[in-house]
Amino acid sequence: MPAKFTPKVVTANALLEGDVVYLTARDEWSRRLSDAKVLTDEADAQIRLIDASARASEVVGVYLADVATTDAGPKPTHFREDFRTRGPSNYAHGKQVEAL
Amino acid sequence: MYRYTDFDTAFVAERNAQFRAQVERRIDGSLTEDEFKPLRLMNGLYLQLHAYMLRVAVPYGTLNSAQMRQLAMIADRWDKGYGHFTTRQNIQFNWPKLRDVPDMLDALAEVQMHAIQTSGNTIRNVTADHFAGAAADEIADPRPVAELIRQWSTDHPEFQFLPRKFKVAVTGSPNDRAVTKAHDIGLRMVRNDAGDAGFEVIVGGGLGRTPMIGKIINSFLPEADLLPYLEAIVSVWNLLGRRDNKYKSRIKITVHEHGLDDIRARVEERFALLKSAFTGIDQQLYAGIKADFAPPAFSTRDTGPFDLSYANDPVFRAWVDSNVNAHRAPGYAIAQISLKAHGATPGDATSDQMRLMADLAAQYGHDELRVSHEQNIVLPHVHKADLPAVHAALKTLGLATANIGKISDIIACPGMDYCALATARSIPVAQEIATRYNELKLENDIGDLKIKISGCINACGHHHVGHIGILGLDRAGVENYQITLGGDHTETAQVGQRTGPGFAYDEIVPAVERIVDTYLSERTDADETFIDTFRRVGMTPFKTALYGEAEKRAKAA
Ligand code: HEM
Ligand code: SF4
Repeated sequence: MPAKFTPKVVTANALLEGDVVYLTARDEWSRRLSDAKVLTDEADAQIRLIDASARASEVVGVYLADVATTDAGPKPTHFREDFRTRGPSNYAHGKQVEAL
Repeated sequence: MYRYTDFDTAFVAERNAQFRAQVERRIDGSLTEDEFKPLRLMNGLYLQLHAYMLRVAVPYGTLNSAQMRQLAMIADRWDKGYGHFTTRQNIQFNWPKLRDVPDMLDALAEVQMHAIQTSGNTIRNVTADHFAGAAADEIADPRPVAELIRQWSTDHPEFQFLPRKFKVAVTGSPNDRAVTKAHDIGLRMVRNDAGDAGFEVIVGGGLGRTPMIGKIINSFLPEADLLPYLEAIVSVWNLLGRRDNKYKSRIKITVHEHGLDDIRARVEERFALLKSAFTGIDQQLYAGIKADFAPPAFSTRDTGPFDLSYANDPVFRAWVDSNVNAHRAPGYAIAQISLKAHGATPGDATSDQMRLMADLAAQYGHDELRVSHEQNIVLPHVHKADLPAVHAALKTLGLATANIGKISDIIACPGMDYCALATARSIPVAQEIATRYNELKLENDIGDLKIKISGCINACGHHHVGHIGILGLDRAGVENYQITLGGDHTETAQVGQRTGPGFAYDEIVPAVERIVDTYLSERTDADETFIDTFRRVGMTPFKTALYGEAEKRAKAA
């Protein structure tokens, strides 16, 4: 039996600013993970990944990142993805600034 | 200092214009990312975790005050008001926007700087002893050699698609401050018995996944043969080096797989062919470059003000004792400015700090600054009489930390706070160790101790050659830190040995404390440094301190 498909979001870096973005249900790029559409079906996730990867004039490095679904929306399951939602830990120079 | 010729200026301007057009074509969609990526990397532009990063070459770590001021201007105008000085004597800007990068490159060109060959499979920025031209123990200034190599290697048509990156370091002093044994090629300037100048050529050193100490391929290469010999080495590797597996592509693996004697024979054969192609132009060029590095006009002055402050001001005295080194000119000193204030990010300087350092170089330092591979800034030529004024000025902006070579003078790579390749963070580990030892007030008692931290196996933080090396890994989705002990980055270079299993993020600082406590209790007296104690007592007491007796018994069983 293949491994069970875990919930995912489509994520990338914005072409112009380089910062982390997530794909929303309306196929727009958002800076916030909470806006991201959570994908629970593998075939659907693959199609959205391929479509998003074709948007080369908007983003760079598109991939699927694992998330956990919670009442407060999707949450990262790996520390790397957690840092990507916030920014560096030595200065509040990333998304931490906006989150305040 | 070397000044651009008309050719250099035109070359950099043309590259910048090309890159500006490439950025435009990327933004308007006519270039895909796959097409654009190699172009941006050729110009030092990376995409990291949260933003782009622009890596600017500071050739052999030397810059003047106008260049430092321009870096400050760039930090303010297009970045977030700071820059990160790196172990490769470069500066990195962590937050540029793609559209702004061409303007940043033009601003760099105004002060004869660029980002060419700071990335990609080319011959990278040549690094050199940061005390070059100033050190009391120096045979000759290595920077003219480094500049010659830079001119030869920049845009060298044969070497734009090498199997992998290629790094060269040069030292002119027997005390190796340029880590020559951990580079693809390390050059040590030496004299033979007849007194002729030449090089000891070391090949196949490197860190990363497979750390190796370089081996001597030629113990005396006459000065005039340098470029044909280097060209022979790089071209032998260019053909033999493995392109099927990037983990086996560096010259260290080629030397390891073929054996030093085989490589030497091939290099000699190639050298014999190439030597006649270098018709002496390189030597004319070298003579011209040497003139550009003529020593500044040192003055003879009374060192009275220095002696007075040294006798009466304990804070100044502590700073001099740890941050000031012997200069070859009488009355002069080399002053190191620590970018490691306790708790700060190693290697970072704000634009205000950059401007202050530029002002001090202009006023007291013959207009010269250096970036050290240990991520500090050096004022190489300061008269001792001026040191009290320099120190007082540095204090105003948090730049007077007296910790060079101490436990808080940590090399740390950007790690997972910035780097897309990282498997764990390194900056906060450095910050916490420094903060902890500042609280304990043990730093001076501990003395010389190099901690070096990398956030992944690539080893940008030189952890293999740290007295205490820390490597951040991802173990089943949590940060885990492996420790090595006994590494050495000097002329007696050695790769550190692993202590055993790694430590979780919140266990790593206590683990370092147990290692340091073990050193303090094992050393014969305060004069026996950490590395000497480790070499004498070996790994066992440190292992016991880290893992307890149970672990040791389990191993023995
Ligand atoms: C953030 C972007 C960076 C990336 C993507 C990066 C990438 C790499 C990679 C892939 C290697 C391994 C090369 C190999 O073994 O073949 C490496 C090695 C190295 N890098 Fe970096 N690095 C980065 C930042 C830095 C910084 C900030 C420094 C200086 C502080 C640095 C200095 C070095 C050094 C000294 C080595 C090891 C020596 C060697 O074997 O070449 N790197 N880097
Ligand atoms: S060692 Fe790894 S984490 Fe650190 S800068 Fe190099 S590639 Fe990034």
